[in-house]
Amino acid sequence: MPLCGTPISLIANDIKGREDSLPIFSIVGDGGESVSTLKSGTPDFSDYAVAMKGIVKKFPSVVANDNVDFFVKKGEIHALVGENGAGKSTLMKQLYGLYTPDDGEIYINGRKVHFKGPKDAIDNGIGMVHQHFMLVDNQTVAENVILGSEPRKGIFLDYNKARKEVKELSEKFGLAVDIDAKIEDIPVGMQQRVEILKILYRGAEILIFDEPTAVLTPQETEELFNVMRLLKSNGKTIIFITHKLNEVMAITENVTVMRLGKVTGNVLTKDTNPREIATMMVGREVLLRVEKEKAHPSELVLEIEDLWVNDNRGLYAVRGVSLEVRAGEIVGIAGVAGNGQTELVEAVTGLRKVEKGRIVLLGNEMTNASPLEFRESGLTHIPEDRIKRGMISQYPVYYNLILGKHSEEPFAKNGILDLNEIKQYSDKLVEHFDVRPRDINMLAGNLSGGNQQKMVVARELDETPVKPKVVVVAQPTRGLDIGAIEFIHKTIISMRDQGIGILLISMELDEIFSLSDRILVFYEGEIMGEVTPEEVTREEIGLMMAGHKKAEVLGERGDIK
Amino acid sequence: MNRSKIYPLLVPTVSVLIALAVASVIIVIIGKNPITAYAVMIRGAFGGAEQLANTIVKMTPLVLTGLAVGFGFRAGVFNIGAEGQMAIGALIGSMVAINMGAVPSIITIPVVIVTGMLGGAIWASIAGFLKAFTGAHEVISTIMLNWIAANLASFMVTGPLAVGSGTPKSPEIAESAKLPIIMKVQATELSIGIIIAVIVAIIMQIILERTTMGYELKGVGFNPYAAEYGGISIKKSIILTMAISGALAGMAGIIDIMGVPPHRFVGELTGGRGFDGITIALIGRNNPIGIIFAALLIAALRTGSNAMQISAQIPDDIVIIIQGIVIFLVAAERIVASIIYWKRKRGELA
Repeated sequence: MPLCGTPISLIANDIKGREDSLPIFSIVGDGGESVSTLKSGTPDFSDYAVAMKGIVKKFPSVVANDNVDFFVKKGEIHALVGENGAGKSTLMKQLYGLYTPDDGEIYINGRKVHFKGPKDAIDNGIGMVHQHFMLVDNQTVAENVILGSEPRKGIFLDYNKARKEVKELSEKFGLAVDIDAKIEDIPVGMQQRVEILKILYRGAEILIFDEPTAVLTPQETEELFNVMRLLKSNGKTIIFITHKLNEVMAITENVTVMRLGKVTGNVLTKDTNPREIATMMVGREVLLRVEKEKAHPSELVLEIEDLWVNDNRGLYAVRGVSLEVRAGEIVGIAGVAGNGQTELVEAVTGLRKVEKGRIVLLGNEMTNASPLEFRESGLTHIPEDRIKRGMISQYPVYYNLILGKHSEEPFAKNGILDLNEIKQYSDKLVEHFDVRPRDINMLAGNLSGGNQQKMVVARELDETPVKPKVVVVAQPTRGLDIGAIEFIHKTIISMRDQGIGILLISMELDEIFSLSDRILVFYEGEIMGEVTPEEVTREEIGLMMAGHKKAEVLGERGDIK
Repeated sequence: MNRSKIYPLLVPTVSVLIALAVASVIIVIIGKNPITAYAVMIRGAFGGAEQLANTIVKMTPLVLTGLAVGFGFRAGVFNIGAEGQMAIGALIGSMVAINMGAVPSIITIPVVIVTGMLGGAIWASIAGFLKAFTGAHEVISTIMLNWIAANLASFMVTGPLAVGSGTPKSPEIAESAKLPIIMKVQATELSIGIIIAVIVAIIMQIILERTTMGYELKGVGFNPYAAEYGGISIKKSIILTMAISGALAGMAGIIDIMGVPPHRFVGELTGGRGFDGITIALIGRNNPIGIIFAALLIAALRTGSNAMQISAQIPDDIVIIIQGIVIFLVAAERIVASIIYWKRKRGELA
């Protein structure tokens, strides 16, 4: 897997060097118009699986697609990238028949189409793998695949035929599934394969993948890529919506970049690099890897000793973990989701009971203290699930910005909230942390994901009423776009430089690598070893995440430390 | 902005209008004139000093039970037991009030109200503790507690507290425990109970919007996970919510005895007013000020329907139908919201 930031020869501006390029040549970093070189008269789009020309879609407050051209050749894997709100989803919803364009034309395999709904799109061979799976949990894989277009025998469902067809399909495209298993019993990666089977079963030739890797582990992502390659070799066309630039580099042949409703670039993947794509997405130079000075760890602030914590089923999820965090350093915990990180975080913040072991915060025994006691002792927490834990969607932004400090002065006195003080404070905070829009009266649930996260980060990192001593940061950038990630990473580093101890939990290996001063690798609730980002490669960490101890992994290359 | 301010008022108002329209169809079917019927009803509820006093007397406990249920809803608890808490509040409060003969009103009245509130609070807290520590759902436990309360009340007025013969009843409460009268029209006495109820509604509004307690309890109601994360104790919140809700219901019970003749505890006195609290909270959208108006509406329907039955010969069951349709529409808010949206859209096109 190519590393983010790996220098790839930068010849993107060399347009002449691309014989097999598109009829539009536009590498326009400044949000410009694409230049059409099409001949006048009836356009010939027969080489293109999808040709969307001059698409305009307006919503009451925003122009979501402003004269967008989007062309996908038959049989290619085409990345559609852009920040949240760039208009990617709107564009794809028009292709899938969920929205009707206000202006512009759509051609499928050279034929002009007008979709009235998803059914028309499906009939034209378009299928969409949604980010949130639409499966019936208590039905089998086969039943889910055929749902809505079941093979029949008279008025009865021909289940045997259904099983046979699904089996053939899954073998043909290398989509390993257990066709008789119930959806609720199979892992997320397999559920996604069921979604893919569903659309293939309906005869899809053009497949839209909407951020498919957001829910996958690195291994599952690799498997998905293999499936995508196999689909391609079977002549399918794939549109791949993503934020992750290393994935664009790994799997796609062509990239269309959108920003603020416009196409800001269309390049061949082999002619570009992540930095250039990021610049087109954000409209300015972006740091893909935050720069940071060497850490200067000082006194011990958080100490965990032989910690054992149960999961919701009452089984040990954290098994005898010991770790230390010092002031002024970032300790990263790497691992595949579901290996006890969530339970560790909850135990260290008072949200989950500790079965055995100790937690010591700034020298005070805090084992099984309440969340409030942890907060009052100077520990704050950016939770991994911001919607569930981190905010109250029905509360306005200014109420959310004081959650956890709402009883403290200056926000409240004698149990009475000081709304003026709270609002003034919130105005300052949204300005400083760039929460958009700058409307503190807006309900938190109406903010975009990135701005919700900025709101949570602002609250947990701000120094009013007291500066935190330890911050437990879980998945700080999940689902965020590049601009927001850069901002949050910078903020975390600057907190570290101010002498705060940070425990970082992330499923994104890139994030762990670029932020951590020390990395602990988690597997099935145990620490496989401690490494520094300088001493290991991603592959070695990957092995440790799969359950190999540090000694084994580094032993193989013959330089045990 | 403007639209969102008006909208909360719009749904209940439109719901009531639709309910009246549907009921008028039924009135036509039974061969009466709906316009006459509603005219009689409005006159029966607001047509004169006596009618108005009657409506307000009926409204007083309804404001309080509406607040009890509405406050619970705001904090994520469905207190269906206002009925039982009201009975216990009235019972405990009366037991104290009966024995306060020698004490001046200025002391007796607050003491009796507080004991009534305590009775309701303790009764409701049982369900609160059960939910907080065992996970027992409050709908089940409060319904059970309603039955226990009803039987306990009957037992008390037929046994330990019983006086005289005929219908079971307690002794009359002490003179000093009776609420001062604002207005007396023939047999109807309008006490300061309504003023107390309105003040309580305003206090509840302040608690909900201006205090850390309101912030915490509403937070738990919206998202208990985030509240817990924010250092709020969920168990404490549940118990506190039930206690406050029960205190309001208990207050409804004792205020009714202190303010309305015969000033005696008669056992199953509540007449469904605890359950009416649910309707009122829904119509008032759990907003204390909205609840005052919702209680007025339900009280007016009740007094108006008596008049309708007597002078227009329309069975007062029609009010139950109206009330049912209103609850249905307010609860299924999307139906009304869609109708409003559709009308507005048509208006824009025309």
